[in-house]
Amino acid sequence: MLELHEVYGGYGDGLVLNGLSLSVGEGQVVALLGRNGAGKTTTMRAVFGLLPRLAGRITLRGESLRGLAPYAVAARGVALVPQGRRIFPSLTVTENLLIGVRPPRGEQRVRWTLEEIYRLFPILRERGNLRGTLLSGGEQQMLTIARSLLTQPLVLLCDEPSEGLAPVMVQRVAEILHRLKEAGLSILLAEQNLDLALSVADVAYILEEGRVIWQGTAEELLADTHVQATYLGLRVEASEGA
Amino acid sequence: MPMEQMSRLRQRWQLLAYVVAVAALLLAPAVLSTYPLSVLTEILIFGLFAMSLNLLLGYTGLPTLGHSAFFGAGGYVVGLLAKYYQVPLGPALLLAILAGVVLALVTGPIVLRTSGAYFLMLTLSLTQVLFGVVWLARGVTGGDDGLPGIPTPQLAFLAGSLEPTANFYYLALAIVVVAIASMAWVVRSSFGLALLAIRENERVVEGLGYPTWLVKYAVYALAGGYGALAGALYTFFKGYVGPGQLSWLVAGEGLVMTIVGGAGTFWGPMVGAAVVLLLRYEVSTFTQRWLLILGLIFIATVVLMPRGIVRLPERLREVRARVRREELLEPVAGERQPAEQVVERS
Repeated sequence: MLELHEVYGGYGDGLVLNGLSLSVGEGQVVALLGRNGAGKTTTMRAVFGLLPRLAGRITLRGESLRGLAPYAVAARGVALVPQGRRIFPSLTVTENLLIGVRPPRGEQRVRWTLEEIYRLFPILRERGNLRGTLLSGGEQQMLTIARSLLTQPLVLLCDEPSEGLAPVMVQRVAEILHRLKEAGLSILLAEQNLDLALSVADVAYILEEGRVIWQGTAEELLADTHVQATYLGLRVEASEGA
Repeated sequence: MPMEQMSRLRQRWQLLAYVVAVAALLLAPAVLSTYPLSVLTEILIFGLFAMSLNLLLGYTGLPTLGHSAFFGAGGYVVGLLAKYYQVPLGPALLLAILAGVVLALVTGPIVLRTSGAYFLMLTLSLTQVLFGVVWLARGVTGGDDGLPGIPTPQLAFLAGSLEPTANFYYLALAIVVVAIASMAWVVRSSFGLALLAIRENERVVEGLGYPTWLVKYAVYALAGGYGALAGALYTFFKGYVGPGQLSWLVAGEGLVMTIVGGAGTFWGPMVGAAVVLLLRYEVSTFTQRWLLILGLIFIATVVLMPRGIVRLPERLREVRARVRREELLEPVAGERQPAEQVVERS
């Protein structure tokens, strides 16, 4: 589905991505792990063509995404759930959703309609007339995910969806991700919260200094406490966050 | 549901307000003498101008000091057409709108590369360039003398029964109402929603698959067309067009009207136009220092009603709540803290 091959990229003089390669298969959930500054967000920005400096191959179903404007990447079926829940604060919840709505594409497994969205996130129907800023952090995260789904994506890039959420809401995010996985959506999930990431992911990549230093299945990583401690070193913090 | 009831009640009030406003506007010539009626005509025209500027400033978040370029362009187009070629009203207005749109399409690629203060400066220089061109092209535009003696169009079927001021008032009212209705349709479409979203966060809108540059280009052209229409009406109203109509001072006045009335609200700019013009004409009757007084009033309005006059009811509720020391958003605020503290570290 989505392939990154030997991607180099950054903002100014220094490179953030140093030959990163990864692949998200059809219907697969791929966890992108690593410490802060490892390049998780930058990887997602690279897919959207938002990096001033970029080299390497990025393809969606074999078709190159390089050189496309962000809206064109989105139009081809990549959706981003940005870090920090970027909702439109002065628009109502319903308006926030309507902005995202796109006609479904032929090749999708699930077609996202407002009805479908309300079934998955009942709270968004209840809160329909409220302004975005009046939602709690968790509700805002639901809204951001819902808005992205309405663009009818083939691949969903989720940048730290559990960040800043209360434990009960992190649980809810996990449930949502499971449902999306069942619906057959391909997901690239950047997370600091290891428990959350490994509970949904099929495959995991660990990044350090902009390249992949470990890759394997989620079970392998779950079993390998040595790798967890060496490369992530945030086992304790992550469980606190969860 | 109480929420639905409330919005239904609000809709009913809104409808009532529209009916009363339309009735008052239709009956105005029967009640008002020539002078107040001409002020009302000017309010309608400047209201349309400010509303078109609001599409950029209020809806899309593009502060412009160049909107007078369209106001002036529309004015010169109908001025030249009516004075020298006796072009009838309809085609003249359409050509004025077209001129505004074309001017926007030509200048858009330059000014829309920027936003914020830089957009402000580029649009300002745009009017200045146009001002200079008009000043120099004396043979066509009359230079700083402008074009006097432009015939004010009249509604033929009312020509016998109404005096010219009232006749043109109805003409302007009809055109402004049609223009505003079409603007309402635009603003409520998904395109209008995209504008608001761009104002909030352009990058996210692009990430949702919108070519935001194109959306901004389109609204710029649209605002140019409406601005030119307002300018054309103004020229007909005055029977004259001069370089002053292109001046950035006119654009600045439009900004003041929009901000005082309520940028980003639909009717705010119209209310702002009414307030600014009424104040100007009223205050100037009893003192020569009317600009000073006007300035103080504007400062007071912006300080006391930072989001415009139209949002006064909202503002009053806020103030009342603060006086009673009520927390408006208590339940929401309570929910948030613990989560954010936990993750800040990781």
